[in-house]
Amino acid sequence: MEKQKRKFDDFLISVKLGFFLAFRQIRRSNKATTALIIFVMALTFLNLVVVRGVLVGLIQSTINVYKERFTGDIFISTPLKKDYIENSPNIIDIVKNMPWVETYSPRYTKGGKIEGTYKERIDYTEKSNEANATITGIDPEREDATTGLSSKIIEGQYLTKDDTESVVIGAYLLKKYFPVESAAFSTLDNVGVGSKIRLTINGNIKEFTIKGIVKTKVDEIDMRVFMLDSVMRTLAGRGDYNVNEIPIKLKLGTDPVMVKNALVLSGVGETARVQTFEEGLPKFVTDMKNTFALLGNIVGSIGLVVASITIFIVIYINAITHRKFIGILKGIGISSQVIEIAYVFQSLFYAFFGIGFGLAILYGFLVPFIDKHPIQFPFSDGILLAEYSATFLRVLLLTLATLVAGFVPARIVVKKNTLDSILGR
Amino acid sequence: MQNIIEVKNLTKSFKTGDSELVVLNNMSLQIEEGDFFSITGRSGSGKSTLLYQLGLLDHPNSGEIVIDGVNVSALDKEGRTKFRLKELGYVFQDYALLPELSAVENIVIPLLMQGLEREEAYKKAEDALHKIGMSERLNNLPNQLSGGEQQRVSIARAIAHEPKIIFADEPTANLDSETADTVIKTFLELNSGGQTIIMVTHEPEYARLTKRAIKIGDGKILNDGKPENVIQ
Repeated sequence: MEKQKRKFDDFLISVKLGFFLAFRQIRRSNKATTALIIFVMALTFLNLVVVRGVLVGLIQSTINVYKERFTGDIFISTPLKKDYIENSPNIIDIVKNMPWVETYSPRYTKGGKIEGTYKERIDYTEKSNEANATITGIDPEREDATTGLSSKIIEGQYLTKDDTESVVIGAYLLKKYFPVESAAFSTLDNVGVGSKIRLTINGNIKEFTIKGIVKTKVDEIDMRVFMLDSVMRTLAGRGDYNVNEIPIKLKLGTDPVMVKNALVLSGVGETARVQTFEEGLPKFVTDMKNTFALLGNIVGSIGLVVASITIFIVIYINAITHRKFIGILKGIGISSQVIEIAYVFQSLFYAFFGIGFGLAILYGFLVPFIDKHPIQFPFSDGILLAEYSATFLRVLLLTLATLVAGFVPARIVVKKNTLDSILGR
Repeated sequence: MQNIIEVKNLTKSFKTGDSELVVLNNMSLQIEEGDFFSITGRSGSGKSTLLYQLGLLDHPNSGEIVIDGVNVSALDKEGRTKFRLKELGYVFQDYALLPELSAVENIVIPLLMQGLEREEAYKKAEDALHKIGMSERLNNLPNQLSGGEQQRVSIARAIAHEPKIIFADEPTANLDSETADTVIKTFLELNSGGQTIIMVTHEPEYARLTKRAIKIGDGKILNDGKPENVIQ
């Protein structure tokens, strides 16, 4: 017991003295060198957080935009092998009466053909200017409240309740925005806001004027043509009011799984497919999410190793250049433990201020900056995802790595023969 | 006076390639408490090697060293470090001060290591600096001090914890003659107060000022006795 107490007292003295030495060594070291080491640590920390954050953020923003613009929190859709959701009015009633629902938007969809510049066509041996698309009938106000579609109009205007002769067209149906032409997929050339297009749905043909062009970076939206639901019902022969999709936006903080279960329990699942937004994601997105998370972790692990090596080199060089003084300290009776602790404190100092500086750059500049100026990717507006929990974990990992990387070189140098160190041989 | 150091059959050799260079060959000697003992000899004769063995900075190949009744040859690494901390003081040729620490901080380090409270440690350090006439340069960093001042701080560090023995390895070698005289004067004053000092020097005029001298060569003590008899 007495021996243990003495050991503990010795350890306390070592910690105090280690701090004493580290503090003075840092305080009187070259300020530019210290600043450089802290800067390197900050960059290393950012490398650890930002690379992963951008990779995961890219996919997360894809998921976010998919949820915001297409599925909502809950997505009720047509079961496979059915043309529409049977008994839709009853389902809409159930949704409307749920206390967790903020808003919803029933959509009628049907495959159709769009023709452009047909009035200017002279040579009928040439292929007509046409594209296939999903024609979607919506209540413009409801849709806008649920998915904010009007905010994504990049040309022209959004639909109003009186626009029976107008449509909004997805940007990916226009060559101007999606210059891809293949045997399986075609886009409309020379068509823009104000152009007349001819829609063929269910054998019915009607001419519309393009009122606006929408671009959300979600294929399911950008390859559609939107018109009023009342017009769509007539064209598609949906006098029964049966719809194909109902994206539901829930009140903030509501658990989508709970609402989905409630919908299924109330019988909605018998005639429709009910999915949370996560379940509704295309498989490639979930696959990409997993792949990018893995990539992020690999890059993060490499970053951590690089950080450890960086601090190892810094402390090792520091310890090697101080080898003589380490020898002197040992010579006058200072224990190896004190010297090792002094170097651990030094590395923790670099870690603390490096990480602190990195955090300031991250949350003070990078996250808000990329939020305001997203990285432009074809399928989303890339954000920098830096959740506090993930960042805290990386702070912890980097601190631990720094601790080890500070201790090991100090130990290597401290272990060298005292007299050899003093005499520099 | 009783012996403070007893050395029996001390041997130290170094490997140089395939051959072995014997620097101290079966050496025995005793040093009395309160002595001012100088070790002299030609360059490479093993003066410093002997000092490092006596001062526990190096480990002999064989032989026994007893300091103040403790067989220090039998101590483990930790025991030797603690013994150095509490019982021995060192003055090196190149002062060996830590560049990031002020004069007083250089002295306070071993005192704090001994477990002294901060205030007490600083008081002892300041007293030691006062004793060697350096009380006005307490907070100066080593690079703000002259060579002589640095060596005096080094002496203050060696005496602050009141060690049984001070080991000085050519303490005047890097100093001009005037400063070197001051350092030796400091040693003489300390010795007159009862402090045991063992000093390696190649300067006969300083060796002559000590109480006892040995001259070593070929790994053996060639002469031992009054400095005026040992130094020619």
